[in-house]
Amino acid sequence: MDNKKELIVSAIENGTVIDHIPADAVYRVASILELSLHDDEVIIGTNLMSKKLGKKGIIKIKNKYFKQNEIDKIAVAAPFATLIEIRDSQKVVKRSVEIPDVLHAIVKCINPNCITNVEDVPTKFTVIEKNPLKIHCHYCEKTQEPMLH
Amino acid sequence: MTNLKGKNLISITDYTKDEYIQILDLAKEFEANPKQPLLGDKVVASIFFEPSTRTRLSFESAANMLEARVIGFSNPAATSLQKGESLHDTIQMVSSYSDIIVMRHPRDGAARYAAEVASVPVINAGDGANQHPTQCMLDLYSIRKTQGTLDNLNITMVGDLKYGRTVHSLVQAMCNFKATFHFVSPKELEMPESVKRHVQDAGLKYKEYTNLEDVIPFSDIIYMTRIQKERFSDPMEYEKVKDCYVLDAATLKGCKDNMRVLHPLPRVNEIAMDVDKTPYAYYFQQAQNGVYVRQALMAAILGVKQLKN
Repeated sequence: MDNKKELIVSAIENGTVIDHIPADAVYRVASILELSLHDDEVIIGTNLMSKKLGKKGIIKIKNKYFKQNEIDKIAVAAPFATLIEIRDSQKVVKRSVEIPDVLHAIVKCINPNCITNVEDVPTKFTVIEKNPLKIHCHYCEKTQEPMLH
Repeated sequence: MTNLKGKNLISITDYTKDEYIQILDLAKEFEANPKQPLLGDKVVASIFFEPSTRTRLSFESAANMLEARVIGFSNPAATSLQKGESLHDTIQMVSSYSDIIVMRHPRDGAARYAAEVASVPVINAGDGANQHPTQCMLDLYSIRKTQGTLDNLNITMVGDLKYGRTVHSLVQAMCNFKATFHFVSPKELEMPESVKRHVQDAGLKYKEYTNLEDVIPFSDIIYMTRIQKERFSDPMEYEKVKDCYVLDAATLKGCKDNMRVLHPLPRVNEIAMDVDKTPYAYYFQQAQNGVYVRQALMAAILGVKQLKN
């Protein structure tokens, strides 16, 4: 079992593995990270058994490292995800994602009359509660649950 | 001395309790002496992206009484917006022509965005269903003037409590002054949970009613609101509730002597004309007070008056 796990992680020489994604959020994470546009190998696994989550998803992206803003997006869709960065087949960094206190251009405002849905204005939200996630729009001042772009 | 020079006013929460009080004190000075040549070298841009009567005229009257020059528009159909200009570009252009921008816009959050784009201070004169902070300040001014204080009052709000932005902002502001709130509305138009939670979080009390007569004997302020037809997608639903609260002189029997009726106006039929002649009617003076409050705000934000602690 451990060998298999090792195999999954080390199957790419360079890139990122996003582990511990709730099974029902795997395709959403792939979508918000625009992985369909990634030129290199992307492996998406879902409904894998997990002690922590019951069923989990995993995504491996070859030759891709994420910027903080992208990691924040992952945190909103999959708050318990783990990021493993691999360089030359070695796990270089393993870390949990964390929902930031302010979300910049990560989620859309649910209020159709909010200026961010009418003009080309990047959204900005203050996080009020992290679990379950509750956010407050900086512009229209509506408190809401997040809606991902 | 508090200095509001250059500070935007977008939301009622942008200013502290002390800042409101100091603005009200300054407004009192303007009420005593409204015509002062304080803004003779200033240009006020009054840009109204949707129709308004009271707010626009009140701001422009306030600016004129202080001898400011006023530029702007009240009908966006006659501007470059019709050509597809973005709010961003309009605000950048207007801020290069003026010292302060007074703005109304139909979209929620437009004023906050404008303040981020503008190089001059912005006063929000209403952004969609979100905020209308100067209405809230003139409400506070009217309450303090009629009651002699803002503290420990019984504030009753009647009508459309679900969609009415003025009542939401007023609750937020009055939570600073230990008010007890009484919310009178049909079930369909009850005060939103978020506003009720705000009252609870401030350690204050509220009670909900469906019958207007129940609150008459103990209210210090009865704040009436119009039930807005445009908020209902189903016309039958509107018909059901539109006439549910009509305040007339007979209903006011047994009220406290100090009680005053406020209304953000325009009224339709929720306050009968016979109330106008009673000593309890205060809605027209309330609208007039808006001029002094807006004078105070413009003078403080443009730095020609400092607030006194």
